[in-house]
Amino acid sequence: MVAADLSVILPEILLSVFAMAALLAGVYGGKDRWAPMLVWAASAAMLLIAAFIGLRGAPGAVAFGGMFVDDAFSRFAKIVVLVSAAAVLAMSQDYMQRRGILRFEYPILIVLAAVGMMMMVSAGDLMALYMGLELQSLALYVVASLRRDSAKSTEAGLKYFVLGALSSGLLLYGASLVYGYTGTTLFSGIVQVAGQGDISLGLLFGLVFVIAGLAFKVSAVPFHMWTPDVYEGAPTPVTAFFATAPKVAAMALFARVLHDAFGGAVRDWSQVIALLSVLSMFLGAIAAIGQTNIKRLMAYSSIAHMGYALIGLAAGTALGVQALLVYMAIYVTMNVGTFAFILMMERDGQPVTDINALRMYSRREPARALAMLILLFSLAGVPPMLGFFAKLAVWQAGLDAGLVWLVVASAVASAIGAFYYLRIVFYMYFGEEDGDEVETNTSPVLYAFLMGSAAIMVLGIANMFGVDQAAAAAAAVLVN
Amino acid sequence: MIGLEHYLTVAATLFVIGIFGLFLNRKNIIILLMSIELMLLAVNINLVAFSAFLGDLVGQVFTLFVLTVAAAEAAIGLAILVCFFRNRGTIAVEDVNVMKG
Repeated sequence: MVAADLSVILPEILLSVFAMAALLAGVYGGKDRWAPMLVWAASAAMLLIAAFIGLRGAPGAVAFGGMFVDDAFSRFAKIVVLVSAAAVLAMSQDYMQRRGILRFEYPILIVLAAVGMMMMVSAGDLMALYMGLELQSLALYVVASLRRDSAKSTEAGLKYFVLGALSSGLLLYGASLVYGYTGTTLFSGIVQVAGQGDISLGLLFGLVFVIAGLAFKVSAVPFHMWTPDVYEGAPTPVTAFFATAPKVAAMALFARVLHDAFGGAVRDWSQVIALLSVLSMFLGAIAAIGQTNIKRLMAYSSIAHMGYALIGLAAGTALGVQALLVYMAIYVTMNVGTFAFILMMERDGQPVTDINALRMYSRREPARALAMLILLFSLAGVPPMLGFFAKLAVWQAGLDAGLVWLVVASAVASAIGAFYYLRIVFYMYFGEEDGDEVETNTSPVLYAFLMGSAAIMVLGIANMFGVDQAAAAAAAVLVN
Repeated sequence: MIGLEHYLTVAATLFVIGIFGLFLNRKNIIILLMSIELMLLAVNINLVAFSAFLGDLVGQVFTLFVLTVAAAEAAIGLAILVCFFRNRGTIAVEDVNVMKG
């Protein structure tokens, strides 16, 4: 039995063993001199594990008495998480090395966070959920304050830690109530109790606390206040990581908990999720207007995007979960490209984050400006780009579930939100130069990620590279 | 006779004190860490009380996990706090303000 269980969690074991071996190599070997090599090794290891997960036999196994679930849904989320984490690691090596903050702990912590995320999306039990979430969070608190001689970075780490610990506390309190009122921590047991007609008041309280805790992790309004400060203060490659893999994992965990454990009580949580969604969309769209720091702007952008993705969850149907997964996959691809561009922005070797520095950027770097234009249009949801089809998917799911008001509200919010994306485009193509122009890092890796991501935004509209079929198969497993 | 509801009331009270400690405290970051610990311990009381009430051991296993993770969390929190103190020379809550949103 144990052997069968272990074979189900083989990808997680392999990645953990890699992390520990890398830690030993780092400590006893060349310390930070080995860091660049470890970054590439970790990136390759995560890609290999992603390929392994994608190619191994038929999904549908359960391990450790139902605590760990390996199905098409968790595989989809794991592959997106691992590929985006590998992409961000590959992008960060040059940037961090030139600024002297590339320590050998960095790739190891990212790998451990990725293992935590894999645990999260496969959780079939409240305890497994908690352990995965904490493994991810504890690693992320440390990487946020990676630049330990900078007041901003340590402050970002401190804020992230305090609010992250608060959210874990809320989630745990909810978990304890759910355990008390259902008598089990297994999702398969909870869904039997929660599916019988009206759920009890205690269980409802537990559900609300769990939703609040998870909303912190996906930075949905009103639990978003850590996001702009952490995004601004953390080193930019770390910000790029925060904006991609953990968001996918937290969203997938959200869907997993609500459908696997509370699938019989859709009416009870659908309204709460819809409220979180509409607040996130509007706050993300409106608060970003006054921002001139591109990292803060991306923070509000990610808040707004989480709002759109939550529409799929609020729908409470298989179509909704499919839309959510498609949305997250596209969101991650757009953000990898956008952060590749942000990582290129520098002046005299120092990173620049002010969007005013981008004035007339198109005259100096037409190819990069065009790629960024495509990505910004895609983020805004302008029709020919892939970002529009992501929004279209969640809108269809919302209309299908009768959430017309939510779809209308999100259309209004995305029209407002388009303003600040288009303002960057305006600066790049029409702004006046004022002598403080940004220079461009010529790293070929960043260039490849920027161009690749922009190309996907245009080419993907033909068939989405089969992602929507995979998402449909994944959603069908989760919702039944 | 002390029943389940008494334990739940104590746990809820401690949890609320912890949350208020986080939001109303204007003095010291160490007190934030203590508030977080208080919240997690309130959860533990909940879990143990339910576990005894239901006659089911899972709650106590969960408690042990929570205790372990809380210790790791406190260690990381203090480490970040030490770095913060080295940079700023203060651990007052109102000085955590380099970035404003």
